[in-house]
Amino acid sequence: MSILVDENTRVLVQGITGREGRFHTEQMLAYGTKIVAGVTPGKGGQQVAGVPVFDTVAQAVAETSPTAAMVFVPPRFAADAILEAADGSIKLVICLTEGIPVHDMVQVRRYLDIHAVKLIGPNTPGVISPGKAKLGLMAGYIHQPGPVGVMSRSGTLNYEAVHQLSQRGIGQSTCVGIGGDPIIGLSFTDILELFAADDQTKAVVLIGEIGGNAEEEAARYIGAGFPKPVVAFIAGRTAPPGRRMGHAGAIVTGASGTADAKIAALETAGVKVVPSPADIGAAVAAVM
Amino acid sequence: MNIHEYQAKELFSSFGIPIPEGRVATTPAAAEKIATELASPVVIKAQIHAGGRGKAGGVKRAASPEAARAAAAELLGRTLVTHQTGPAGKIVHKVLVERVAAVKTEIYLGITIDRTQRVPVIMASPAGGMEIEQIADESPDKIFKEWIHPEIGLRPFQAYRLALKLGLDAAETRAVAQVITALHRVFVDKDCLLVETNPLIIDNNGAALALDAKINFDDNGLFRHPDIVALRDPAEEDPLESAARKSNLNYVKLHGNVGCLVNGAGLAMATMDLIKLAGAEPANFLDVGGGANEDMIEQGFSLLLSDPDVNAVFINIFGGILRCDILARGIVAAVSRRSVDVPVIVRLEGTNVEQGREILDRSGLHFQRANDLAEAAALIARAVQEVAQ
Repeated sequence: MSILVDENTRVLVQGITGREGRFHTEQMLAYGTKIVAGVTPGKGGQQVAGVPVFDTVAQAVAETSPTAAMVFVPPRFAADAILEAADGSIKLVICLTEGIPVHDMVQVRRYLDIHAVKLIGPNTPGVISPGKAKLGLMAGYIHQPGPVGVMSRSGTLNYEAVHQLSQRGIGQSTCVGIGGDPIIGLSFTDILELFAADDQTKAVVLIGEIGGNAEEEAARYIGAGFPKPVVAFIAGRTAPPGRRMGHAGAIVTGASGTADAKIAALETAGVKVVPSPADIGAAVAAVM
Repeated sequence: MNIHEYQAKELFSSFGIPIPEGRVATTPAAAEKIATELASPVVIKAQIHAGGRGKAGGVKRAASPEAARAAAAELLGRTLVTHQTGPAGKIVHKVLVERVAAVKTEIYLGITIDRTQRVPVIMASPAGGMEIEQIADESPDKIFKEWIHPEIGLRPFQAYRLALKLGLDAAETRAVAQVITALHRVFVDKDCLLVETNPLIIDNNGAALALDAKINFDDNGLFRHPDIVALRDPAEEDPLESAARKSNLNYVKLHGNVGCLVNGAGLAMATMDLIKLAGAEPANFLDVGGGANEDMIEQGFSLLLSDPDVNAVFINIFGGILRCDILARGIVAAVSRRSVDVPVIVRLEGTNVEQGREILDRSGLHFQRANDLAEAAALIARAVQEVAQ
């Protein structure tokens, strides 16, 4: 099976005529992703790589029936783009934009919850179900289809984990970047629920980092009877408190959000936590 | 982005929050003049972007203008080390000279985003003056909270309900509720991540007064607030960090001596951890980002080499959007402009990795290639041992 996206997902790309939107639309089409429409205000009637462009999401929905939207829109307009997708009754939105103000996301997240819209990100490399569909920025060739679900707050660290798996001949069911911002859509716990119900997924890799308490919540959920083995790595053990490490969400404030607290919570829940990022692949091989 | 206490207080005041009468001074003579004009005992507060100033000796009382001058002379130009500054401390360039208030009650008030509930939360405590983490540790039952639903904002009943928990009389409760409402307006209107006053005091006349003010702004929201950007104090920033920000690089100076250049914040943190596990300490966090171009790589690498603490460099790139050939060209450009006399370890993987490796091999740069993270860790450990000998 896989989760969230597959060969039947019909994708709408918002911001398709921008540099990033155009480039990644071509890359995703080459991977086999079904992109049915693009939206850029003022560019309706154009085409990008053979994909029709509309002025509004409403027009694109009426003409092409997309089931997922991807947001490649600059930070100051991204919240509006997410809301427009939700307003168009699209139930899965993947927002790749980095740098959206957190107060914008407070409002967006409330609206999406009320309308039962799933959001991935923002500030995410996206989602890939290897061999089926790629809705993101990741290099497709490092992935291969298989039994391991991968989820992380970071992009390149996600690639690192996937690479270590593929090098050992272990494929992936779906890889999800949940995003590096303080307020995001689906959490580790939400993704774990999806992996629990997915036949293809036999084990899960969780790549966390300092800041917030998403890893602690995931640990509670896993400890309550998650049916598949989980391997984890938590980045940022050496990060000093009070300094933001790139991701807007990666900051240790006071006693909360430390790597040690997250590692302890995960280990208590029976998760195999590797101390070094070099050991992710080997640890997964050991539990398979 | 952080601002000084005196700037935060001016902002508070513009939103109707009462603050003590006072002004900022950069010389002892100016401090004396302000104290003379206030015609009252004053408190002299060092203005640096760090908490814990009181314990570090950065806050002094003065009973006369002459004493104010002496206190300012002692603080200005001095390096203040608090638990938040790091061991190097921060130089005091400005002091705030304020009228001393008669404190009857001290209260903590703070607003931040609750990441679990995904909405703003207002926190209040009668244990003012202590740090919120300390209150949370020692007496969590003394922290009261109200969560704000963004559709309706902070309602008057919530501000009143919160103020009522602080054990004040009726007039004081109303005064604190007004401050809570105004603080929330600052938080929302100015795209803040944190707004705090600790302590907010009730003085002998029953009036509320913000004796301290701390604001942390969301960098991602600054495009809406040119007035806030104008408050930035370059003297408070590490020179290497300022240079990095101008080049759009994500850089944080740390205390070790292995410099690292990485793409992606998560991988950059993981790389710091790897360096630590190899028995060394990272000199920095440097995320060149997904969309880095050749110039940014060149500037990032030069930045590491210009750090006198760095005696080994580890480049760890997993090419995705950032292609390995672009990375390699940036490194070669940096090397062509300056000599490299520290060991350099390179780990390249991902998009266009073969081209990247070829460019580096032909560059004449002496470097050690690691094929994966485990190998990189071993090479770092060896490099650090050799430097130590």
